[in-house]
Amino acid sequence: MSDLSNLDTFPKLLVDRAQRFADKPAMREKAFGIWQTWTWSDVEREVRAFACGLAARGFRRGDKLAIIGDNRPRLYWAMAAAQSLGGIPVPCYQDAVAEEMFYVLDHAEARFVVAEDQEQVDKVLEIRDRLPTLEEMIFDDSRGLRRYERGHLHDFAEIQNQGREFEQAHPEFFAGEVARGAGEDVAIILYTSGTTGRPKGVVLSHTNVLVAAANGIKRDALKSDDETLAYLPMAWVGDHIFSYGQSYIAGFCVSCPESSATVLADLREIGPTYFFAPPRIYENLLTTVMIRMEDAGTLKRRMFHYFMEVARRSGTRILEGKPVTLTERLRYALGRMLVYAPLKNALGFSRIRLAYTAGEAIGPDIFDFYRSLGVNVKQLYGQTEAAVFITMQPDGEVKSDTVGTPAPDVELKIADSGEVLYRSPGVFQCYYKNPEATRETKTEDGWVHTGDAGYIDEDGHLKIIDRAKDVGKLDDGSLFAPKYLENKLKFFPQIKEAVAFGDGRDAVVALINIDLDAVSSWAERNNVVFSSYQELAARDEVYDLVQHCVEQVNRDLAADPQLAASQIRRFLILHKELDADDGELTRTRKVRRRTVAEKYAALVDALYADQDHVHIETAVSFEDGRTGIVRADVQIRSVAPAAALAEAS
Amino acid sequence: MVGMDATGDGILLESDGVSLSFGGVIALENVGFDVRRGEIRAIIGPNGAGKSSMLNVINGFYHPQSGTITYKGAARTQMRPHEAAVQGIARTFQNIALFRGMSTLDNIMTGRVHKIRSNFLLDALYLGRSRSEEMRNREFVEHVIDFLEIQSIRKVAVGRLPYGLQKRVELGRALAAEPDLLLLDEPMAGMNVEEKEDMCRFILDVNEEFGTTIALIEHDMGVVMDISDRVVVLDYGRKIADGTPDEVRRDQRVIDAYLGVVHG
Repeated sequence: MSDLSNLDTFPKLLVDRAQRFADKPAMREKAFGIWQTWTWSDVEREVRAFACGLAARGFRRGDKLAIIGDNRPRLYWAMAAAQSLGGIPVPCYQDAVAEEMFYVLDHAEARFVVAEDQEQVDKVLEIRDRLPTLEEMIFDDSRGLRRYERGHLHDFAEIQNQGREFEQAHPEFFAGEVARGAGEDVAIILYTSGTTGRPKGVVLSHTNVLVAAANGIKRDALKSDDETLAYLPMAWVGDHIFSYGQSYIAGFCVSCPESSATVLADLREIGPTYFFAPPRIYENLLTTVMIRMEDAGTLKRRMFHYFMEVARRSGTRILEGKPVTLTERLRYALGRMLVYAPLKNALGFSRIRLAYTAGEAIGPDIFDFYRSLGVNVKQLYGQTEAAVFITMQPDGEVKSDTVGTPAPDVELKIADSGEVLYRSPGVFQCYYKNPEATRETKTEDGWVHTGDAGYIDEDGHLKIIDRAKDVGKLDDGSLFAPKYLENKLKFFPQIKEAVAFGDGRDAVVALINIDLDAVSSWAERNNVVFSSYQELAARDEVYDLVQHCVEQVNRDLAADPQLAASQIRRFLILHKELDADDGELTRTRKVRRRTVAEKYAALVDALYADQDHVHIETAVSFEDGRTGIVRADVQIRSVAPAAALAEAS
Repeated sequence: MVGMDATGDGILLESDGVSLSFGGVIALENVGFDVRRGEIRAIIGPNGAGKSSMLNVINGFYHPQSGTITYKGAARTQMRPHEAAVQGIARTFQNIALFRGMSTLDNIMTGRVHKIRSNFLLDALYLGRSRSEEMRNREFVEHVIDFLEIQSIRKVAVGRLPYGLQKRVELGRALAAEPDLLLLDEPMAGMNVEEKEDMCRFILDVNEEFGTTIALIEHDMGVVMDISDRVVVLDYGRKIADGTPDEVRRDQRVIDAYLGVVHG
């Protein structure tokens, strides 16, 4: 990697890349069915023309340029153009409704907006009257905008044309503006999507983004011939670092899909070497494969299952270079030829060298599936406030339940409350116009509160267990992290939801919802007869099935000294599914812990009492809005803790 | 891109005293109206009013017993559908008429068929003009695919697509012919609200981007009133109203035709 000391802003970096990597592809976009390519010198030309056009339209240093749309080369160029002039790009979530967009545009005091298409332009026009600072709007795709009143609405190409004219009159202008930039200037404001309250604008300087991105590159040895696909929202810090920051530093090529609906096909055509996705994308890809495999002929299906079994046994060990017997190696090599390679090709992972997952916990089965195929999926723990990188898994030290060791230059510490704090060069400057929130999150000496509870295991890996505010303690003082337990339970396909209790109690108990699809198909195969969810949930065989899962979770917990005390001692299977209509789940299907605790207080009490049966009547809402009462006799099971089992044997 | 020979407010097509009957059934009776260049013209009416018959007359599929159709200034009484196509009239059908086993891309390519000038021998060898023509046609078709936002189904067999998308592919095939006059036979029939809104958007965009004159048939009044410049209303084969959506909406005969009145 090149020396970054003189190149302390992205525009300076771009000018350098345009010389160093002049003819190397920097961006691709599929348009009209063909991949179009721009080299680094093309990109510099495009950015320069647009920047000069913005300047001709009156864009000044410190102005904010809002960017709204899917991943499009022109929108990335707009970002660099604003930075070239000492302005600040503010990417917005493209699927936000007008009102959400209003908050961001208003709060950021955007003067210019670059919008992808008519859909986005319409949204901004809807709120325009209430945005006194907004002056000019620029669109990428003119489709459908022909009859719009033009006054302050411009075509991207038209602004670039103005820019080229402007540059003829002021040939030194662009270089001069770029030279005025400095590392400590604000590079970007990223609004966090905000699960609680209003979104906050995270202010990052050029140095924040540059150093964090460069550290990521250093850790994973990314090179200028790597390839990646930009398909996650531009407003999300991950995309900013992977598709913009790291691309500029390492000089690798970023491809933009044809449309959001074609991402999987485009992924396969591009065959990235470096890939990033939240767990649900890996999950969806896997589901697609599994469904197609079920439809395949018997021979193919058998071959698939046989070699997947081989991969499960030895794939991960081979990937990590650990010792494996020769026959097993041969089997794996044969499997690679017959199954793994074609499968990876179908997934678009043929050339993958490095893939990350982050955002939430990934199921160990899914994680192991990819790794056993030889896809180097690793976990990463990051935040917008850190310019992404806090911890990442080093090659060869990948575990499915930790998020790895601190990224270069990152210091970690765990507060007494169990909350994870970090300090790094990537740490954000402040929340835009919100000093109070900044003070709450960032200490005087630069430590940032993550809001997540976790601990560092014996190998130095960080393990995130829960949101800090949900973590409690058992009455003997040992740690109780309900979501961690629940996630572990939910990784079993038979379990749909779980709610664990234990804060301030002497033991952990759980309410469990079975997954009707998975369990009913299991029931069919095992001749378990049932007529309704309630009946199925009450069957002894189903209780045995779930008990098996709980015992497995307990064994995992017993292996972890911090969490051994929070093994699940008693559980019951709820007689009805937790439902958003009954207020038990949010609309995004997250459990409302308090509502459930209140509504099923009788069950929870019974779990802590000595009963093995409890009678309950629950009010339910039917889909047509009527309400009714469900009565049930619910069985309670006790589970022996795993450590005790080990002692007994 | 598409022939935008917009000569101001000129008349592109005029029907004058058109009557059509099948045996004793009178489908159209002395119907006269015009279609101006660049407008969206709707033909509406209750079921059995003669809307599709009118479209089939314009398209050359039916030949009226009396009356004339004047298209681009030339009057004609008899014209075959393929001649209509060559002269720049393209259409979609009420009951989708696509090649179900062929991909979206190939279906839309068929819309270019009358643009192909090369001969059989060159085509078979895929040489010279044949090759460059194929590339030009494919390029145009890709613009249509982009325009209709159907990139993700480019290579999917049409028979596997949901109904709303099939309708869109059919529109794509009509657009591929670069028509001067686009005839749409109930483009919104059988669609849900979202699909209808999408289709409206596309119809408006086609009209705006390509300057294509559009004549469409619908029995769903609400949709038509929103997107049409002018509306002609048929009932029992006769024209009962003609004007802007507002004028038509207020017309007592139209209200009667739609809501029904006691005959006698």
